[in-house]
Amino acid sequence: MSAGITPSQTVGPFLAIGLPWPDGPHVVPEDTPGAMIITGTVLDGAGEPLPDAVVETWQADPDSRFDHPDDPRGQMPPEVKAFRGFGRSMTDADGTYRIVTLRPGPLPAPGGGTEAPHIDVSVFARGLLDRVVTRIYLPDETEANMADPVLNSIGDPARRQTLIAEAATGGSAAFRFDIRLQGERETVFFDV
Amino acid sequence: MTSENAASGPGERTPWTPRGSGNGLALPRYHSAAGVHPPLRSPAYRSTELRAPKRPLVPLPQGLTEVTGPLLGSERVTAQDADLTIGHAGEPQGERIILTGRVLDSDGRPVPDTLVEIWQANAAGRYNHVVDDHPAPLDPNFTGGGRCVTDSLGRYRFVTIKPGPYPWRNHYNAWRPAHIHFSVFGRAFTQRLVTQMYFPGDPLFPFDPIFNSIPDGKARERLISTFDIDLTEPDWALGYRWDIVLRGRTATHFEAEEDQ
Repeated sequence: MSAGITPSQTVGPFLAIGLPWPDGPHVVPEDTPGAMIITGTVLDGAGEPLPDAVVETWQADPDSRFDHPDDPRGQMPPEVKAFRGFGRSMTDADGTYRIVTLRPGPLPAPGGGTEAPHIDVSVFARGLLDRVVTRIYLPDETEANMADPVLNSIGDPARRQTLIAEAATGGSAAFRFDIRLQGERETVFFDV
Repeated sequence: MTSENAASGPGERTPWTPRGSGNGLALPRYHSAAGVHPPLRSPAYRSTELRAPKRPLVPLPQGLTEVTGPLLGSERVTAQDADLTIGHAGEPQGERIILTGRVLDSDGRPVPDTLVEIWQANAAGRYNHVVDDHPAPLDPNFTGGGRCVTDSLGRYRFVTIKPGPYPWRNHYNAWRPAHIHFSVFGRAFTQRLVTQMYFPGDPLFPFDPIFNSIPDGKARERLISTFDIDLTEPDWALGYRWDIVLRGRTATHFEAEEDQ
């Protein structure tokens, strides 16, 4: 039933007046033990970075839980009290965003099976009349990724690969996830 | 905050593991918004050309990550954040307005305790932002960002000034109708919405490719606020009313199959 739903409009070029939070990129504080950094660049169809986008993330905690009443397994506050589950990073002049978080746990999938650890992502920008939604999977979760029903719903291995972050320099807890809105390696975007 | 779990006593942390959790889970299912939102590729809005994805979107089943979402509330706002006319040395120029409405879902349920963020141009149609070079005056008494949290009935309320229309470079003689940007979370990732609210009777509607990117005329009209004389306060401010409707939901069940 879509009756009455308010339509989306672009954030426009001036989103920085309303959306930045000082702690936006911090799903957990920077010095949290086990903190994981995800950075990447948002790119347009000409390969140019977007300096006026915002990237938002939402994810389970490391114990596969959500502090949310609609989780039928029960609402559970995170073990790391400061864990917010949600991150928001404006892109900088180079189109780069950065999120500090904890590794999410795996989840029971709708329809059976197990979803590999993943982070849901919304991207908003001038030129995007609605948000685009993608997912970040982690490259060292090989077995879990192979069993993930969402990844397996994407037939083309090259397309599937656009959803898997790359290990970045800076240690085992640093990953790179570029978001390509168009082009040969266009990121997989979802209809949710 | 409750931390009840079927497999343990309240308050006890139970990490979920893929093995040993064969319970069926009842998840809400959010209605499709098909046909409501603008198509990402809308050539009349030129910025979509290099930014709208060209590949078809892949269907994503609504799982736990999608039916949950950040419940950001009062910890992120102060009472002053809902009044954009204060916090500076003086009063901003322009037409003072009271802007209120409800956040609802498409089944008519209010969405309480949810964060609403807004941003807008000043009365002259100028944004307080480095990339806005429209030759209209900045207002030292107006920044243009606000936020509040809906009450138990889903109501929000802002005091601000009516923004002006402004020119942009999309096409020759292009002007945006006056609008206020709104960002709303709802209670689930599926409900996240960023949009723009317009004012009634704006003569620029027929010429605006962003407003007209919404295919359905009735859906477009849902972005236009209404003037309300009863909300208007004598000798002080005009009242405008605008409701925001997010995707509604039904409860469904699925069976996890890990133990089968």
